[in-house]
Amino acid sequence: MAEAAKKEILLPSERKMSRKEKWDYTTHEMKRNYMCYVMLAPFMIFFIVFTVIPVIMSLPMGFTDFDMASFPRWVGFQNFYTMFMDDDVFIGSIRTTLVFAIFTGPLSYVMSFMLAWLINELHPTLKTLFTLIFYAPSMAGNIYFVWQLIFSGDQYGYLNAFLMELGITTSAMQWLTDGTLVLGCVIIVQLWVSMGAGFLAMRAGFQGIDKSMYEAGAIEGIKNRWQELIYITIPSMGPSLMFAAVMQIVSAFTVDIVGRTLAGFPSTDYKVHTIMTHAFDYGWVRYEMGYASAICFVLFIVMLVCNNLVGKVLGKYID
Amino acid sequence: MAKKKNLKPSEIAAMQEAENAAALAALKKRREKEHQKMLKSKGSNKQVGKSWRSDIGIFLLLFFMGLFMIFPIYLAVVNSIKPIQEVFLMPPKLYAMDPTTDNFRDLFKIANNSWVPFSRNVFNSVFVTVVATVLHVLFASTAAFILSKCRFPGNALLNQVVVIALLFNSTVLYIMQYMVMATLGMINTYSALILPIISTSMGLYLMRQSMTTIPDAMIEAAKVDGAGLMRICWGIVMPNCKPALMTIIIFEFQTAWNTNGGGLVYDEALKTIPVVVQQIAAAGIARQGAIAASAVVLMVPPLLVFVLAQRNVMETMAHAGMKD
Repeated sequence: MAEAAKKEILLPSERKMSRKEKWDYTTHEMKRNYMCYVMLAPFMIFFIVFTVIPVIMSLPMGFTDFDMASFPRWVGFQNFYTMFMDDDVFIGSIRTTLVFAIFTGPLSYVMSFMLAWLINELHPTLKTLFTLIFYAPSMAGNIYFVWQLIFSGDQYGYLNAFLMELGITTSAMQWLTDGTLVLGCVIIVQLWVSMGAGFLAMRAGFQGIDKSMYEAGAIEGIKNRWQELIYITIPSMGPSLMFAAVMQIVSAFTVDIVGRTLAGFPSTDYKVHTIMTHAFDYGWVRYEMGYASAICFVLFIVMLVCNNLVGKVLGKYID
Repeated sequence: MAKKKNLKPSEIAAMQEAENAAALAALKKRREKEHQKMLKSKGSNKQVGKSWRSDIGIFLLLFFMGLFMIFPIYLAVVNSIKPIQEVFLMPPKLYAMDPTTDNFRDLFKIANNSWVPFSRNVFNSVFVTVVATVLHVLFASTAAFILSKCRFPGNALLNQVVVIALLFNSTVLYIMQYMVMATLGMINTYSALILPIISTSMGLYLMRQSMTTIPDAMIEAAKVDGAGLMRICWGIVMPNCKPALMTIIIFEFQTAWNTNGGGLVYDEALKTIPVVVQQIAAAGIARQGAIAASAVVLMVPPLLVFVLAQRNVMETMAHAGMKD
């Protein structure tokens, strides 16, 4: 009897339904919430037409042979086979990408969080100033060209001139063409530009935290800034942390243009040749678009996996 | 009460109104006082573990890291005001001995000598940036509110698609975008400059993430009071998401300002400032100085928007205290 009564009050969404019933329920819900679709429409129309459809069209390209002149020809898994079996440069680029990914991924993520936190502890005017200073490299699209002046391989380079003036080195170092130095140099520049969207989102996250939470925390017995950080700050900005993580994943795995600009293309011994650079090489230099998109497809899968992992770690703060 | 019984209804109403007004004034006064007190203490003193010593430590740490961050930008600025003979000085100087505006003047002179007047490029940039930023912020914020706070069939799917679209990055993507644009006949129009910027999901995702922190109770209360979804979105949720809102304004402005049409636009009359500046820099006649000058010129508008937006956040957050 009691069980029967319990069954009665189950919500439609919890009950097992036939397909017809489910369909009816869905259409009913859609009708009831029609306003949601109306409000979504302006953005979603543009988003679907100019982002989702191109993405869907791009996905199968990895399985084709496509030179941009003739219609794509289906080749199955051949591109992927070539990539992992015959392409030594690609295998090398995986290693390079991982090195970059560690620096511009986790390291830069923790760094931007720490910086955003430290900045948040300051006086409001200083807050704006420091946020501006750390975000500035990302603000001007291609300002990283300045590093070319600093790392320039002749005596006009600022770093060389500085080191020679101090007597540390006697001759100019080839920062961007010496195979042993170039990776370190590009990593520095990459870190320099990595305080981007994620950093700013974290700043916004910190600013959005309700101040009264800290007062409540003080009453509840929180003793120092670390406890404040762990028990109040991080849980209240979980969503911003997730956003920053996604941005960081994207920028960490698609490292390309900075290395190409500074170290030239191709770089010495393929030292800063990342997966994205490899895709650029095949796509825009050799016009083998099918192979290039196969490379991007692999990268996309890796990014999806990373995204899910991060989502699992941060999951407890989000819902 | 007994006294009131003899009065006319209109008089009772008048009395009540006066009472209400007095009570309201008192309440306002009290609020003001509390607010003043809060401002005086700046709220931060109530936090634990604060000391001037650690504050100075933080400041020094940030200061030295900030030097590293700002140094290359400083170099760009210095190079833009160096006359040509100083650019190739040995050893290079960290300051301009004889600052000039020649580089900027050259830049504008060359820009004005091209097919279309430079003012046309400036108009293009401003028009594209303003339209794209305003539309994206309006559309994406509304959509973000629906995606984060409403339950309807398809919600989970759309949320997934937004993140996946952010992660997807391929060399063929641009070709496919070109094909879509070509099918719609939008190649070489303002639409080709504006629509790709509006249709990115980064701003939407940031807004969505920020809106999830707003308590559902607040929205339920507004619903009970009879507010429609549009009203809830713009009247209640958005004012509580000011930091995120200002952040996506910065992002969008910057993206739109730096857009170069990506091959979707080839008409000289439709080119934006970044394209013209790139062309001048690539011409290769001069010029470290001109390149640096162009970088500085391009950086100024996003910088202004950034400062304005950040200040706005500070002001608004001083008043926001009631969240739950």
